[in-house]
Amino acid sequence: MASGALRGRRPARILLHIVMIAACATWLLPTLGLLVSSFRPRSEIAQSGWWTALSAPFSLTLQNYGNVLSRANMGRSFLNSLLIAIPSTVLPICIASFAAYAFAWMRFKGRETLFIVLIGLLVVPIQMTVIPVLRIFNALGLTGTFPGIWLAHAAYGLPFSIYLLRNFMQELPASMLESAFIDGASHPQVFLHLVLRTSLPAIASLAIYQFMWVWNDLFVALIYLGGTQDVAPMTLTMANMVNSYGGGWEYLTAAAFISMAFPLVVFFTMQKYYIRGILAGSVKE
Amino acid sequence: METLGAFAAALIGVPLALYAYIRLSEPMARLRPGKASLLRPWIWLFPSLALVAVFLVYPVIDTLAASLRSADGGSYVGLSNYGRVFTEPDNLGALKNNLLWLAFFTLGTLLFGLLIAVLSDRVRYEAAVKALVFIPMAISFVAAGIIWKFMFEFRPAGEAQVGTVNAIADILGGQPRAWLADKSVNNLALIAVGVWMWTGFAMVILSAALKAVSVDILEAARMDGASEAQIFFRITLPCIAGTVVFVATTLMINVLKVFDIVYVMTNGNLGTDVIANRMYKEMFNFHDSGEASAIASVLLVCIIPVMIVNIRRYRRQGHVNG
Repeated sequence: MASGALRGRRPARILLHIVMIAACATWLLPTLGLLVSSFRPRSEIAQSGWWTALSAPFSLTLQNYGNVLSRANMGRSFLNSLLIAIPSTVLPICIASFAAYAFAWMRFKGRETLFIVLIGLLVVPIQMTVIPVLRIFNALGLTGTFPGIWLAHAAYGLPFSIYLLRNFMQELPASMLESAFIDGASHPQVFLHLVLRTSLPAIASLAIYQFMWVWNDLFVALIYLGGTQDVAPMTLTMANMVNSYGGGWEYLTAAAFISMAFPLVVFFTMQKYYIRGILAGSVKE
Repeated sequence: METLGAFAAALIGVPLALYAYIRLSEPMARLRPGKASLLRPWIWLFPSLALVAVFLVYPVIDTLAASLRSADGGSYVGLSNYGRVFTEPDNLGALKNNLLWLAFFTLGTLLFGLLIAVLSDRVRYEAAVKALVFIPMAISFVAAGIIWKFMFEFRPAGEAQVGTVNAIADILGGQPRAWLADKSVNNLALIAVGVWMWTGFAMVILSAALKAVSVDILEAARMDGASEAQIFFRITLPCIAGTVVFVATTLMINVLKVFDIVYVMTNGNLGTDVIANRMYKEMFNFHDSGEASAIASVLLVCIIPVMIVNIRRYRRQGHVNG
């Protein structure tokens, strides 16, 4: 399409570049401003715009990062985010893969109906579930604990995980599975050695999608971990910082950047899988 | 230490236990010849079905029931909680704001997504533009909220502006504004943050659809002397209409439940509240499970049409995506 479009019309081409550069600036400047500010001393953040730090005299510092990691509990929260996100990714995929295999390769009564119910559940708002689940958690002592939030994230991630994996597994060639069964393989063997292994690309997309979702989640953590500071993930700690510090930008900018660093690395190294996951995940919630 | 034990159990113990459960149930499923293929699927489905039942199906039914009961869940009150959802000033303000979000967020995200998808297709640095615009999809709403709170930072006129938006307004000869406090603009300022975050999503999907439009048809139209605008509105847009509708519905589902941006940036103060935030306040600040459940149920009802569309789409084409 590019070759024929706007061919030979200079004013139009110049306008095109101006719009594109404006778009780049709009999407880059906010994040760049945050990054630059996070390296500026407290006194300067409050007195001059972040862009003044880009010209001499340069005065940049790592102090904000040191402070926020040691005093504002962000170091602990970073660890908590990992402790929450890793099992919350592994568990639903693990549990869902068995169900997805059953939906894709076993015949049973009610299979279609059950799968349609699952598709309906994809878009149920989490808000609709939190009050009863919280009551169960309180009764079992799971509120404010890691196993509690792992279970919650695993369950909320299940319908989508089953949906995505089943769609992928269903596309595997039937002849491949049939020949394994003829050779005497059982369902568990076929599942583990054949289906799971060939489904790795789908599992990778799903894992990255679910990990990012949990890493960036505020609502589920707020509800089930609420006031418990020592299990709070970064999103929760930052939200509390915004409320209590008000304009303490030297803390907030450094904290926000610490929380973004990990997803950004994932994004740039695994862009292909991540975008594929996002595209598939657009049906969720 | 206890945490690390639980962590190891979840990562290693649960997968092993699940596989052991499937392996050990296999001989049992085969005990009665002919019945194995009847029993086995349910053994494989059981862990998923149990979790979904406890965390999704039962809570939805329970919340619907609670929406008809009093604040402490004690007595049956009919539809009076719903009456309050649609009459109390706080809720009405939130509903009005959700409509603002629905209209401006959806339109804004679609327009910017489409604009960038169409235009970036014509420049050599397309990949760079798209990566930049997509980045906000990878970060949390909380981080984006902090980024934009800083962008909107306000100092009275005459002082040096440290917020980028007011500094630009200053250069252009305008007056600095307290974007998040000024009731005439604060909702739009919050919506702009949402648009900034989600444009990348709309752009990626629309861009894929645009690239699938037949080059031959476009070239033929150009040969016949059609202008770029005519080609876009008469050929390209009708070709990608299905995708546009799909992106719009996805954006709408998400915007109905908008919570994080508002919670972090204004906490719903100064006329910026939204229904998901109202539900949170009714539950955790006012301990009114009846009204909180009614608000959540209203959210669910708004999403039911999408649910039906998804199920129909699945029946027709075997998957839900547009």
